[in-house]
Amino acid sequence: MSKILIVAEHDGAKLNPATAKCVTCARAIPGADITVAVFAADGAAVAAQAATLAGVAKVLRVDHAANAQALAATLAPQVVQVAAGYSHVFGPSTTFGKDLMPRVAALLDAPQLSDVMAAEGATRFRRPMYAGNAIVTVEVPAGTRVVATVRTASFEAAAAGATAAPVEGVAVTAELPTHTRFVSVSAARSDRPDLQTASRVVSGGRALGSADNFKLLYGLADRLGAAVGASRAAVDAGYAPNDLQVGQTGKIIAPELYLAFGISGAIQHLTGIKDARTIVAVNKDAEAPIFEIADIGLVGDLFQIVPEIERLIGAND
Amino acid sequence: MKRILVSIKRVVDYNVRIRVKPDGTGVVTDGVKMSINPFDEIALEEALRIKEKGLAEEVVVATIGPADCQQQLRTALAMGADRALHVQTDAPIEPPVAAKLLRKLVDKEQPMLAILGKQAIDDDASQTGQMLAALWGRPQATFASKVELAGDKATVTREVDAGLETLEVELPAVITTDLRLNEPRYVKLPDIMKAKKKPLETLDAASLGVSLQPALQLVKFEAPATRSRGVMVKDARELVDALKKKGLL
Repeated sequence: MSKILIVAEHDGAKLNPATAKCVTCARAIPGADITVAVFAADGAAVAAQAATLAGVAKVLRVDHAANAQALAATLAPQVVQVAAGYSHVFGPSTTFGKDLMPRVAALLDAPQLSDVMAAEGATRFRRPMYAGNAIVTVEVPAGTRVVATVRTASFEAAAAGATAAPVEGVAVTAELPTHTRFVSVSAARSDRPDLQTASRVVSGGRALGSADNFKLLYGLADRLGAAVGASRAAVDAGYAPNDLQVGQTGKIIAPELYLAFGISGAIQHLTGIKDARTIVAVNKDAEAPIFEIADIGLVGDLFQIVPEIERLIGAND
Repeated sequence: MKRILVSIKRVVDYNVRIRVKPDGTGVVTDGVKMSINPFDEIALEEALRIKEKGLAEEVVVATIGPADCQQQLRTALAMGADRALHVQTDAPIEPPVAAKLLRKLVDKEQPMLAILGKQAIDDDASQTGQMLAALWGRPQATFASKVELAGDKATVTREVDAGLETLEVELPAVITTDLRLNEPRYVKLPDIMKAKKKPLETLDAASLGVSLQPALQLVKFEAPATRSRGVMVKDARELVDALKKKGLL
């Protein structure tokens, strides 16, 4: 039997959907016994949400004042404390999990699989390398404890059910370092859906030409209830903030609908959107590589087309 | 001495189109251009800038791998590193092993900062820096887009999913670099000549008391599933109609 511990990601009040995707990945392992661990200052609300996820057998609630902010250096010894007896320790492949899980793996002296896109059993996993240009099947020797980050774009979120798994309180006995202090985090824009989990994404590239022009996309996004994304070129040019970057070095996403305006389609960008259900590309260059993978392509001037799409949607809704 | 240790990795150049070998044993690397991992180049640039501000006295660059890696160490010396350490091995090195070897170099060099790229663009693991910090028992500030040193502390801005997070860490510490931290300098010809005279020390990886044995077996490599080209529409109305037909609007 595989005993799987999943480290929950949350903001103190709400469980991040990435955690439910880790649960889905873990459920693919035959005989999985799944525990979710919630590290928080007061984890009552988050633990209650985690407990309702289909497939979760138990929730560990680890409350400590030091857990008000998710600092890898502070969390890692606590994860190690509760990981005793677990064969697998999973976290999401978000910046939270990417920061924390290797620190946990090193303390456990365990190997780590990053960006797991499929679990083919308790010891066999698939993950991307070379910016997604190679998919590697990795075998972990039986009996080796394994740490993994789960590529959230590869899994559906486990559904929340009516029944709840038991929540167990755990006291922190691990010694916590004080050498790392949280200072601040820039305010997240809460008026639009989160890019990582949105079902629709409107994205722009260098062709937008300026930060002011980029605002054109916000209007369409709001009409569609979509999140806004950007190519690395647009971010580097200062047209959009860094947290909107989609691609290998930004966010890897899998929305139902991805609308790319003025994005040529560099490999590193395409890596970030390959799992999108439908890709729409609008670009004035008919030779742009993005048309090679787009489900629907339109060659033309985005400055005319975006307002027109907005008008057409408005006219029919 | 106030020293910064930068670790670099030799990887397939980021402009090379990656091809999986037909027999599934790996990717084609024969005759392919190799370079310093781009994130590690940013790490080195940051270390050099810290030194140029007078906040560090020496930048030591290290790498782990076969003899060919000395090309990348020479490039790093030409960029401005003061000396280089080559931990030589022909064995494939997994991140936990790399972290343990770097931990040995930390013992040897006693740096105030270790700066690494946030991930290598070959295995895309993004593990080594965090693992080194854990083994060293020191703070980590990953995915850095801004680093400021003052006294025995570093204030680091990190690129996280929510936006930008700022941490304050006590030194010594490990920093891993994101794309927008800086733009690495170009190497000039006279610097390449000068770099040939800079010290480069070779250490046998097997002699450092770390097991080099990989824990994971890479069973097979496959090319990713490809998306096929879809349909072209001629205007916005056709586009909106097509989306409606698919039930997406």
